[in-house]
Amino acid sequence: MPKIIARRRLVPNLHLIEVEAPETARAARPGQFVILMADEHGERIPLSIADWDADKGTVTSVFLVIGSATQKLARLGAGDNLPVYVGPLGRPSEITAFGTVVLAAGCYGLGALWPTARALRAAGNRMITIIDTKASYLLYWDDRYRMVSDRSLFSSRDPGLSGGEFVSGKIGEILKTEKIDRVIAVGCTSLMRAVAEATRPAGIRTIVSLNPIMVDGTGMCGSCRCTAAGKTKFACVDGPDFDGHQVDWDELFRRRKSYFDEEIQSLCRWERENLP
Amino acid sequence: MAEKPMDLPSELQERLRAEFVREWRRDLRKSPPVKDRMKISRQPMPQRGAGERSRDFREVNRGLTAETAMTEARRCLDCARPGCVAGCPVAIDIPSFVKLIETGDFIAAAMKIKETNALPAICGRVCPQETQCETVCNLKKAAGVPVAIGNLERFVADFERNAGEVALPSIPPPTGHRVAVIGAGPAGLTAAGELAKRGHAVTIFEALHEPGGVLIYGIPEFRLPKAILKAEVDYLRRLGVEIRFNFVVGKTAAIETLREMGFEAFFIGTGAGLPNFMKIPGENLVGVYSANEYLTRVNLMRAYDFPNYDTPVFRAENAAVIGGGNVAMDGVRIARRLGARRAMIIYRRSRHEMPAREEEVAHAEEEGIEFHFLTVPIRYEGDANGRLRSMTCLRMDLGEPDASGRRRPVPVPGSEFTTPIDLAVVAIGQSPNPLLLETMPGLKIGKWGTIETDPVTMAANLPGVYAGGDIIRGGATVILAMGDARTAAASIDAYLNSSVPSRIR
Repeated sequence: MPKIIARRRLVPNLHLIEVEAPETARAARPGQFVILMADEHGERIPLSIADWDADKGTVTSVFLVIGSATQKLARLGAGDNLPVYVGPLGRPSEITAFGTVVLAAGCYGLGALWPTARALRAAGNRMITIIDTKASYLLYWDDRYRMVSDRSLFSSRDPGLSGGEFVSGKIGEILKTEKIDRVIAVGCTSLMRAVAEATRPAGIRTIVSLNPIMVDGTGMCGSCRCTAAGKTKFACVDGPDFDGHQVDWDELFRRRKSYFDEEIQSLCRWERENLP
Repeated sequence: MAEKPMDLPSELQERLRAEFVREWRRDLRKSPPVKDRMKISRQPMPQRGAGERSRDFREVNRGLTAETAMTEARRCLDCARPGCVAGCPVAIDIPSFVKLIETGDFIAAAMKIKETNALPAICGRVCPQETQCETVCNLKKAAGVPVAIGNLERFVADFERNAGEVALPSIPPPTGHRVAVIGAGPAGLTAAGELAKRGHAVTIFEALHEPGGVLIYGIPEFRLPKAILKAEVDYLRRLGVEIRFNFVVGKTAAIETLREMGFEAFFIGTGAGLPNFMKIPGENLVGVYSANEYLTRVNLMRAYDFPNYDTPVFRAENAAVIGGGNVAMDGVRIARRLGARRAMIIYRRSRHEMPAREEEVAHAEEEGIEFHFLTVPIRYEGDANGRLRSMTCLRMDLGEPDASGRRRPVPVPGSEFTTPIDLAVVAIGQSPNPLLLETMPGLKIGKWGTIETDPVTMAANLPGVYAGGDIIRGGATVILAMGDARTAAASIDAYLNSSVPSRIR
């Protein structure tokens, strides 16, 4: 079974997990994800690949602790085994010399977008990054992004960081002064939607990495179906990257909440059994 | 669907003949005489009562006892020209194993089946015997009711398993050849077993975390207990087969990478894992599942035991399963077991055209499933939160026969009606999963996304690549997949024997 090399908290509720998976590490490309399961009774959940080391044979993800699956994961540590760890899944992100690229990331998306940021930089793009965070104490990997950015900005509800401006406001600001060729947003669904809406009027192609509920991740079940340009797509094999202007966001929000009640039930049970 | 029984190949005919003329068979044929054998009625399969079983996931059929199995075996007339063998996609020597049961040598009967079928406990449960071996049984022609070959197969496999460790066949010394089998479903498991028995080093690459393919994610516990699948897979492991889980060939590593790793031949058995939808309004509402998702959640992920297992599944009041095949029957019977007050089959043709096995339909009826024939959903309606609330259907009439020979359903004008449902499972078939095939440039793909193979050797158009099961058929049965796999394994063996092992090169 795949072994965990490291698991540590980056900031409150956001954890990093590094897993020994040599083949996955060799095959991984920016924008892809893995599916894992924390224990034998667990649920299969997708996590974006945040980094990999082909020589060492390890793959890293960043995850937000939210339900019982991620609670369990956050309790595991180096040396523990995962009954499921499979990938890389999904189509890799398009990496090419677009010109000027705006990257907007928040939450786990800071991890998820990192391989893309690194690759786009290497491909010779002018890079503008917007790091979205609720508060300064939730920041991580901003040093990495600064390294590959020509301009780096924050959007935050924390006035100390950015004057309390939302990501859409920042996008609007940038669009006033620069010619942007491509926007890529990764993070919670509302962040991605806000970015897509902010670039829609100007028609700047905006790529988002969708995060619906998945089971197998190989196109077998259709749990992750979403609508893009009026057509049903499977995010696991047709995506996860989609044109944010074509996504049916309302449907995505609703489908992500499919098991809201069950998630609470499961989490309460887990808390009863595991918290003091 | 049944393959037309053909004349048996001469090699097989000779093999059957050699068994047929053995002295013990001759003696056995004489007593009891045929007329007495024909008086015995078919031994019924004992089942758990519908009221009890429709509330849990334990197996419905209990299996024959030693006595009833021997009685049933006595019905077999041991024909000089048996129809049954030709009806079996893997050509099991049925008369021999049935006669061994009659003598009470159940272990020998099991070994006889295993000469051609590595997974008898599974086939004895899920094969459509009534359209295969049993439909061409001479006793059926003579007296109307065939020998219960499937129930007997199940009996001996279960007997052997319960008797302790299953004996391994003798395996030739390692050939040094390495074969990659892609997919641990019925085709892959069969191919792996056959190749291991020929001394090749076999690794199965499986995308999911448990072996079995459709046997684990698709077929529910009440039809095929997981413990049985596990025992069959353990047998393959003891034959030397290695299984790599969590490995999606085409994603985790390409076929070409596996070739570089030293694999010389490939058997692709990736199945028909791409669910079809009807593309009608409302199909993405919360509460509408593909059959694959519904079954995977419940079977592979054990959602029936939520919250002991973390994966949830909707427990509906009014469940509608769209389709008339075995998958639809499994889906609707699961919905019932998960507490649905109304569990309905919605099928656009009539009962006569339903592809599901008669046994499954009968079991479903006993469990109180409602059947709505000549009905097709045209849209689903949801509430403000995007949750399924109702379904609008049209009534159909049967018109002229279509390409499949079945009468084509045509809508009845003005027959629209809406019924409240909170769960819909779309079980209208699957297509071959394209994930791997997309990563194999040059591979010849057919019109329906299937791999094109030579029907005699199961070879695809790339060197050393063979395929079988639903990835070449589009959606068939476990046993046909196993038949393909056996053929492919023989071809792979011939292919490897004509080349120098990679470890020596």
